[in-house]
This record gives sequence, C-alpha cells and structure tokens, in this order.
Amino acid sequence: MASTTDTAPPGAATPGTGPEAPPAAGDPASLKVVPTRHYARWAAGAAVVVLIAQFVHGLATNPVWEWQVFRDYVFSETIVQAVWVTLQLTAYATVLGFLLGTVLAFLRLSRSPVLSTVAWTYIWIFRSIPMIVQLVFWFNLSALYKELGFGIPFGPVFWSVDSNSIIGTMGAAVIGLTLHQAAYAAEIVRGGVIAVEHGQLEAAAALGIPRLRQIRRIVLPQAMRAILPTAGNEIIGLLKGTSVVYVMSIGELFYQVQVIYGRNGRVIPLLLVATAWYVVLTSLLSVAQYYVERRYARGADRTPPPTPLQRARRFIRTLRAAAAQRNQPVIPLKPLGDSR
Amino acid sequence: MSDVTVAVKDAKPTADGVMVDVHGVHKNFGPLQVLRGVDLTVRAGEVTVVLGPSGSGKSTLLRTINHLEKVDRGWISIDGELIGYRRSGSKLHELKEKDVLRQRTHIGFVFQNFNLFPHLTVLDNLIEAPVSALRRPRKEAEETARRLLERVGLADKTNAYPRQLSGGQQQRVAIARALALEPKVLLFDEPTSALDPELVGEVLDVIKDLARTGTTMIVVTHEIGFAREVADTVVFMDDGVVVEQGPPSAVLDSPQHERTRAFLSKVL
Ligand SMILES: Nc1ncnc2c1ncn2[C@@H]1O[C@H](COP(=O)(O)OP(=O)(O)OP(=O)(O)O)[C@@H](O)[C@H]1O
Ligand SMILES: [Mg+2]
Repeated sequence: MASTTDTAPPGAATPGTGPEAPPAAGDPASLKVVPTRHYARWAAGAAVVVLIAQFVHGLATNPVWEWQVFRDYVFSETIVQAVWVTLQLTAYATVLGFLLGTVLAFLRLSRSPVLSTVAWTYIWIFRSIPMIVQLVFWFNLSALYKELGFGIPFGPVFWSVDSNSIIGTMGAAVIGLTLHQAAYAAEIVRGGVIAVEHGQLEAAAALGIPRLRQIRRIVLPQAMRAILPTAGNEIIGLLKGTSVVYVMSIGELFYQVQVIYGRNGRVIPLLLVATAWYVVLTSLLSVAQYYVERRYARGADRTPPPTPLQRARRFIRTLRAAAAQRNQPVIPLKPLGDSR
Repeated sequence: MSDVTVAVKDAKPTADGVMVDVHGVHKNFGPLQVLRGVDLTVRAGEVTVVLGPSGSGKSTLLRTINHLEKVDRGWISIDGELIGYRRSGSKLHELKEKDVLRQRTHIGFVFQNFNLFPHLTVLDNLIEAPVSALRRPRKEAEETARRLLERVGLADKTNAYPRQLSGGQQQRVAIARALALEPKVLLFDEPTSALDPELVGEVLDVIKDLARTGTTMIVVTHEIGFAREVADTVVFMDDGVVVEQGPPSAVLDSPQHERTRAFLSKVL
C-alpha cells in the first residue's frame, strides 16, 4: 500500500478513494487536467457521420447510378483518350497562358506608358469577352482561314495549310484558352510582383545585378509565394473550363461523355465518369501545388512547416503519448481499489 | 573578429588620392529641396562618417552616390569616373541602365534593413552579384564568399537562410555581400539603426575591422562613439547642405556652428 501511494501522482487520487490519499490542494502543477467535454460538438459530428454514411450507402446501392456502366466506361479507350485531350488543352493553355501573362504583367508594370497601356488594353478586352464567345469566334475564323488556305501569324504550327480539321480546331481551342488565360495570369503575376518588397529590387540594383537576372532570380521566386495559391486556382479552373471547348466538337472529356450518353442514354453513370476523372485530376493538381508552394517557401520561415508525412508521424506520436498518459493513472488506481 | 584578411580592391586612388568626389549636388523631390549643393571628397582608404538630424538628406546623398537617385545638378565621381553620366564636351549624357549597373559593382551599399534575399542561402546571397554581374566563375566566387563569411565571423552560417539569422548576423552577411564585389568604396546607411542595442557592437566591430584594413567608406550613423573612434573625417549635414566637416576631434569636441552644437547636445 505504501509503495503504491508513493508512485501515484497526488492528483490521481479522486474523492472517495480514502483518507490516506487526499487531493494535493497546494500544487496545481501536479493536478490531473480534465479536458473540456464538447458534448454538442460530438453530437453534431455523429449526426453528420450518419448522414454521410446514408448518402454513401445510397450511392452504392441505388440502381439509378448504374455502377456497372460506370465501370465499363471509366477506363475505356475513348474516355482515356478524351482525358488525354483535356490534359493537353490544360497544359498548353497553362504554359502558354502564363508565359504570355508574365510578359503582359511586366509590360503593364513598365515605365513606358505605351507598353503599359497596351498591356492594360489587352487585359481589359480579354477579360471582357466570355471564353465561350471567344472560342466560337476562333473556331469560325479557323474554318475560314483553312478554306482560304492561310496560316495565322500567331501559330504557324497549328495553322499550316494542309492541316486537317482536328489540328485546326485544337489549335483554335488552344489559342482561345491561352489568350483568355493570359489576361488573368497577367494580373496574378503582377499581383505577385508588386507584393515583393521594394528593398529587394533596390538591393539587386545596388549590387549591379543585370536587369533580367533581377527579375528571374530575385523578384519572380519571391513573387511566386503570392502567385501560386491563385495560380493553382486558375489552373484547376482551367482544367474544368476546358469542357467548354465541347462547343467546338473537340474530343475532350465532357464532349466524349456527351457523345456516348447521346448514343446509349446512360446519362447519370457517364456524368459520374466525367466527374470522377475531374476529381482525380484536380486532386493531383492540388498535391502538385502543395509541393511547388513548399519549394518556393524556402527561406520564408525560420522553421519550414512539416510535410503531410511528417505531420502524420507527429500525430501518431502524440496519440501514443496521450494513450500512455491516459493509462498512467489507471495503474496506481487499481491497487487502491484492490485494497478495499 | 577573425583576422583573416581579404583583399578589398587595392586602393588605387587618382593622382590626388581622391576616391569619391561629390560636387555641388542638388536633388529635389518635387518642390522639396533635399540636397542643396553638397560638396564632399573622400580620399582612398579613409573613413567618412556623416551625421545629421533626420530628414537632412543623408540617405539621399548616399543614394545619389551609387545612382539609386539621379542628381538634378552637380556631379559625382568615383575613382575619377563620373557616376551615371558620360561627359562629351560641355554635355552630360545619361548612361544606359546596363552601364549604371556596371558602375554600381564598384560601389558597395549596406542598407539599414539589410535587404538580404530571403529565398537564397547566405552563400547564394554572396555569390549572386559576382557571378551574374562580374561573370566570376562560381567556384571562385564561392571561395571568396567563404573567406568573407569567415572574416565577419559567420563561417558556420554558409547554408542558413537570412530569416534564420539574428539582425546583427544578417547585417554582417549584408556587409560581406557588398564586399564580395571588391568595391572601391563602401556606403553604409545607418547600418545599426534596425538592430537591438546588444547587437550593434558586433556590426560596428566588423566595420572597424574594415577601416583598419584601409577600406574606403562613407558611413551614415548616429553612433557618435563609433565616429570618434573610426572616422578620419566627420561630416555634419543639415537641411540639405554640409554644415561643417573635419577630423572627429574638431567637429565633435569643438564644433564651429550653432546647428552642429545643437545636434550634438541632443545626441550625446
Ligand atoms: N522618394 C522620395 N520622394 C519624396 N521625398 C523624399 C523621397 N526620399 C526622401 N524624401 C524626403 O527627403 C528628405 C530627406 O530624406 P533622407 O532620407 O535623405 O533623410 P535622412 O537624413 O536620411 O533622414 P534619417 O536620419 O531619418 O534617415 C526627407 O524630408 C524625405 O521625406
Ligand atoms: Mg536615412
């Protein structure tokens, strides 16, 4: 008995365990902490879990969803091909759009009133035109130019005289998406650049670092911190936005899905196929964004935040520690109970 | 401080030994006349400390010397080379940005708030300008950088990022970064004003060490003790003009002008 009381923390004694183990009133540091009980929060959580379970159960069992059709199509060649087209459209428009956007951003920031006005006008025009209107416009223009046997000065690659209609419409779609995206990218990049502290450019100038190098090495990497979250949004928006090129009969994901359910009438499962792919692609982009952001955060914090993996490990460690702590008072209490 | 010595470009003054020559410099910001005819000469290997009340134009003067600000009238030369302009006959032609940038590699500038590049390691901060502006081979630039870091007592911080350093350490890195270009003159704009009092000493020690090894420097500061100990010349500025200049003993202990006395009585 005496030995167990020695090892028991004084705070572990609860009223009623006997006069031989009084609560230590004097020293709060040795008292056991009882966390607040969030009963309402727990109840709400439980209710939500039940609702979600019900929904998932419905998804799985209700025949309306036709999961068999989903399974037949989700990895079918047509759909995989269409996903590839969607990815290509997204990649081209992202890369070209942000390249053009970066140039526009620096034109807009330039001290030359001509250049900055040109950039401002571009942004004004292309933000004003709905993407779908622009796409249809380019689509018709491309058809027209092909009949006449012309190439377009912007991209001879897309517009060579002997190009078949697919390359022609693909090119029109890429141009449309790029020009639209560039206007938004320009503002995002400009926002990032003006967020870089002025002293950074001044220090670079004082060191005699060449102008282009100042931008590439000093300004842009720091601007990336502000650019990336919004750019991530834009690219994800664009991924889904490519679905509007269905108006040009390009075989991207949404267009193909429509073609297929037009034929077989299985609308819901085919929309699910498209949804599933968009969700997967968006998730991949989000993960990529996380790591790119992390890369550009180097030096921004004294101690970089942990990666999800590190966080998971840390979480498990805290769980273990908590479990160990919870077990601790139980050990001395048992012999106390036994002594009764 | 470590006693490793680094060859800052040999003081090779013009015939009369003048390294920095500021002549009749005027500078306005709109209607505000900030510099109203400043004359200043700094000889090679000398330390000039500039004192003066807030708003007297000290920072503006330093910034005109490396052409971060254009002068409206007057001229500045370093080692006999006109800064920011080319002279042909009776006309001054403004230099292209590229040429101004080249001139700046001869002029080290240390800012009040360090302005280190936070996304680059200490080593990369030091080699960026030598590699990109002077086209030094990277290896050579790294060797110089390591020697300089040793000199300012930060050899162990080579791979740290600036935000992982204390203010005093950051300012010492900034000094090393300026030295990495082997400039002809170093300009300091209140290098210790952003520091906690206990960190001021370590930065001043580095500057004193540079003074001992014959680096030409112009230091704007409010540290009177430092001026007394290190300066060859103390310059007192007020309201856009040099009111009085001379050896520290003269300017600090027996100032001739009422404005100098008034200022010193406030800061001493
Ligand atoms: N870019 C600018 N535009 C307008 N006014 C300016 C500009 N830079 C400086 N000034 C003004 O010029 C005057 C001198 O400024 P300066 O920074 O040279 O003073 P200082 O002597 O360095 O003062 P401090 O000791 O406070 O640093 C101040 O009145 C300031 O407001
Ligand atoms: Mg100042």
